[in-house]
Amino acid sequence: MHTAVNLWPLLGVAVIAAGFLLRANPVLVVVAACAVTGAAAAMPVMHVLESLGAAFLKTRNLPLVLLLPLAAIGLLERFGLKEHAMASIAKIRSATSGRLLIVYLFLREISAAAGLTSLGGQPSMVRPLIAPLAEGAAEARNGSISDALRYRIRAMAAATDNVGLFFGEDIFVAFGAIVLMQTILRAEGIEVDPIRMALWGIPTAVCAFVIHSWNLRRLDAAIRREGEGK
Amino acid sequence: MIFSLNFLYLLVGLLLGFVALLTALDRGHPRRLTSALFWGLYAALYLAGDFMAPAVAGALMIAMALLAGCGLVKPGKHGTLNEADRRASAARLGNRLFLPALVIPVVTVLGATVLKDVHIGEWALFDKAHLTLASLGLGALLALGAACWLTRASPLQGLREGRRLVDAMSWAVTLPHMLAVLGLLFTEAGVGKAVAEVTTSWFALDSRFAAVAMYCIGMALFTIIMGNGFAAFPVIAGGIGVPVLVGQYGADPAVMAAIGMFSAYCGTLMTPMAANFNIVPAALLELPDKNAVIKAQIPTALPLLAANIVLLYFLMNR
Repeated sequence: MHTAVNLWPLLGVAVIAAGFLLRANPVLVVVAACAVTGAAAAMPVMHVLESLGAAFLKTRNLPLVLLLPLAAIGLLERFGLKEHAMASIAKIRSATSGRLLIVYLFLREISAAAGLTSLGGQPSMVRPLIAPLAEGAAEARNGSISDALRYRIRAMAAATDNVGLFFGEDIFVAFGAIVLMQTILRAEGIEVDPIRMALWGIPTAVCAFVIHSWNLRRLDAAIRREGEGK
Repeated sequence: MIFSLNFLYLLVGLLLGFVALLTALDRGHPRRLTSALFWGLYAALYLAGDFMAPAVAGALMIAMALLAGCGLVKPGKHGTLNEADRRASAARLGNRLFLPALVIPVVTVLGATVLKDVHIGEWALFDKAHLTLASLGLGALLALGAACWLTRASPLQGLREGRRLVDAMSWAVTLPHMLAVLGLLFTEAGVGKAVAEVTTSWFALDSRFAAVAMYCIGMALFTIIMGNGFAAFPVIAGGIGVPVLVGQYGADPAVMAAIGMFSAYCGTLMTPMAANFNIVPAALLELPDKNAVIKAQIPTALPLLAANIVLLYFLMNR
């Protein structure tokens, strides 16, 4: 049987899936997938190398968001930013990790929906402020917390930033995803008003807030259980 | 332009070069030379990337991947203040510690909105094509200045602390970059076409609900594979969304597109391929389990994907 589309490049996808299932080092998995994909698409080695290099140089803007704030954040941490954040939250009696993260989720989603996606972010907000605040709230309630719970709270802080960003930014009309969708649909011969696409994102954005908030309430319940178990 | 992409590459290149230098001079480092080589190569790609032949850059990338993959890149030991000193310093500086941290987001937002047309003499302050990144660059520099002024530490100490955080993430910093490269290679090799072929020709889309479910789940699955919703959208919208949902079942294209993209984002929450959102934060927060953030996101992503299927089913023909 013969299909017009070459299905062999899917082997590269299989390599990625197998690599992550086997918990191999992700960087090695990527290199292996590059090699397999290139071979499956019958690209010469030099051509693969050139494609990789050109793509690597073209995507150098990706780690900037991560790397640029590090010097300032690191310096503040040296002089006690985390400790101060944890001490501040302990003074607010009604604060719990879950409630705090729900407030952050709301602010993050609303500000992203207004196009202010940079009011947040993993290196500039979560590591120096949000994660220590969430940890501090749990410590203030329970006295001390286990490492497993501490890691779970930190992971939830990172997750909350992601959920707020993803499901907020897509209802902002000038966001890249809306432009991309418009371009793709135009190529298919369909003309769509960007404002209508942004509006129809709102029901999902509301669902994302409700579902994630519910998960944050479950985090609070887990913290309470550990506190009572002692 | 003052804050252009090239200027930011220069800044990051210098930071990484500094990390390489300090690593090379760090006598107590468990993998001193290979780690220094790794950061040196990364710095070179930022500083001299524009003068390199693409094949050379590709070879450097493979060399970095092999160094990291063989466990030859390790963090060094970092002198930090002990906890009592940090608490004392926190008590002394109080809420003023928050101010430099807030400079980064505030300046970024101001730069991208109010200050976007500012010129100094002949020069535009920001590169218009990369406005947010350029403003972030200015915000990061101002924050470093404010932090130095507040704590009376030298900028050099700031760079040392920057190295501590780079080391905390270690080679995971380069993972988003390498996955993006793989995504581009996938596109060039025609992986997207192959996936569209498989999903549209091997599965029966003979009921409205099956078609909607296949479309949303396809978006999520393809995003899990590619690590990026933007890569999934053209493939699945072109393969199922437009011909089946719009063509056969008369769906509103705006609803189909909006909810489709959000289904892709549910996939982003669940994949290690979206390393900058999922793997790097785990490293940045020093979590022992590299998949901890993904595990925290799955209980949100799966119900939300189900909600998307229901929403699309009921909203697309209203």
